[in-house]
Amino acid sequence: MGGEKTMSARFSNPTQDPILLRLVLSAIAIGFVALFLVLPLAVLFREAFADGLGKAFRAIIEPDALASVKVSLMAAAIAVPLNTLFGISAAWAVAKFDFPGKTFLVTLIDLPFSVSPVVSGLIYVLVFGMQGWLGPWLAGYDIHVLFALPGIVLATMFVTFPFVARELIPLMVDQGRDEEEAAISLGASGFSTFCRVTLPNIKWGLLYAVLLCNARALGEFGAVSVVSGHIRGQTNTMPLHVELLYNNYDYVGAFAVAGLLAMLALVTLTLKFILEWRYADELAASHRR
Amino acid sequence: MSAFGIPIASTALRRRRVLPGFSLSLGFTLFYLTGIVLVPLLALVIRPFELGLGGFWAAISTPRVLASLRLSFGMALAAAVIDSFFGFIIAWVLVRYRFPGKGLLDALIDLPFALPTAVAGIALSTLYAPNGWIGSILIQYGIRVAYTPWGVLVAMTFIGLPFTVRTLQPVMSEQGADVEEAAATLGATRLQTIARVIVPMLLPAMLTGGAMAFARGAGEYGSVIFLAGNLPMISEIAPLLIVTKLEQFDYAGAAAIGVVMLAASFVMLLALNGLQAWAAKRR
Repeated sequence: MGGEKTMSARFSNPTQDPILLRLVLSAIAIGFVALFLVLPLAVLFREAFADGLGKAFRAIIEPDALASVKVSLMAAAIAVPLNTLFGISAAWAVAKFDFPGKTFLVTLIDLPFSVSPVVSGLIYVLVFGMQGWLGPWLAGYDIHVLFALPGIVLATMFVTFPFVARELIPLMVDQGRDEEEAAISLGASGFSTFCRVTLPNIKWGLLYAVLLCNARALGEFGAVSVVSGHIRGQTNTMPLHVELLYNNYDYVGAFAVAGLLAMLALVTLTLKFILEWRYADELAASHRR
Repeated sequence: MSAFGIPIASTALRRRRVLPGFSLSLGFTLFYLTGIVLVPLLALVIRPFELGLGGFWAAISTPRVLASLRLSFGMALAAAVIDSFFGFIIAWVLVRYRFPGKGLLDALIDLPFALPTAVAGIALSTLYAPNGWIGSILIQYGIRVAYTPWGVLVAMTFIGLPFTVRTLQPVMSEQGADVEEAAATLGATRLQTIARVIVPMLLPAMLTGGAMAFARGAGEYGSVIFLAGNLPMISEIAPLLIVTKLEQFDYAGAAAIGVVMLAASFVMLLALNGLQAWAAKRR
């Protein structure tokens, strides 16, 4: 018996860490995540419900809060479909055809992710502001982009620009062109090839990307903050309303709306995790577990 | 010669393009990219030069602007180093070990991606305030995080963590056990194998993740401003100074800082592409 034990110890798996190291590393990992990720989430819900559920609920159905929900939903409802259309079109061009400058194009598509949110808002102020390129001219026709919904939509579109394209491009490049070419050579039209061959192949990847794009669109703060003008009840999105309430020391209200956004983030994470777990083979390789 | 060259090239291209929709998809892509991204960015790049090169320099070389840039980039670098270190350990634990609740830990890593930055900001601020859960403990040791430059570091560390973990994870799980077995056969201890074999192999992914965390941290706004206190020269980040200048209608001054930040993003993007090419070559 004793001999067996020493044998198994001597021939223990050389690619496995010693038990002590395993315990220490696991403790560090769990501790860091608890400290930096779990505690902020916990404090958020605690503050939201500090004065009871009823008060939190009343803070959410208060007219200005509801107006901010409406602005956020409208901005996402315009920005997400447009970026989805763009993403599909960009992925189709990049994955199904060869042309010079392709790598450069893909780099440009990724660019908005590395731009500071505040800079993302600033660029539209410089185009549509009263000192900007188009601002005075558009104002002549009584069209206001800045400090109104169009500006919020544009800033949201910019920050969520790469989501769908960067998920679909590697996925469709991986899948190749054979199936579509077969469909076309058998006489299918381009549109029905896309709907019946390409779309079923990319549907989970597309859903995954739209999910993340939508979460970012509803939650964007910096870029929208620069262009919105912060008009309470009119151009405040949910995150901007959180800021306004917080700066006015209305902590229950701020954390109630923040809790709503956090709930949305948790739903997004859950769906994302399910997609990664259930449809791993049908997502871009970098999300496979 | 070219008269012969062109028809040959075009038939070759036509043969390759069996699928329809090339001009439509590429045309729409370029049109949308130009309208939403490139033209507004051009407006930013051109704006400060209305002041002339000297004016541009004057706008960014004031002590307050320089202090804000130093704070944003310096703290982003520190946060990237912290995230790389802990991100490595977290990714290692997630890829190599099995324990109950691992799925939950894995799913939680993406929280900073999914949680709106303003929401993260007020949560962190409440947590680290002198009467908050963490702040009240730290204050006993004389450490203040909220409303100081350390607040900037905490927020940037929070926001950057998923980048390092998510970049390392797939590379770690792809890496086979054979090299580690070889090292063990040749008599290396486990620690030697980790330090001399595993870490060097993961270095490109580690640097890539760190660079992404750095880029995100340097530009971060929402989660930082609630925690930092925003004192000029001390805890005022560069994106906040852009907002302040815009509120004072100093468009050119705001654009000048914006151009510096954009140039930094470009350099980071190029560095990341270079890193990925290096990683691909080493694999």
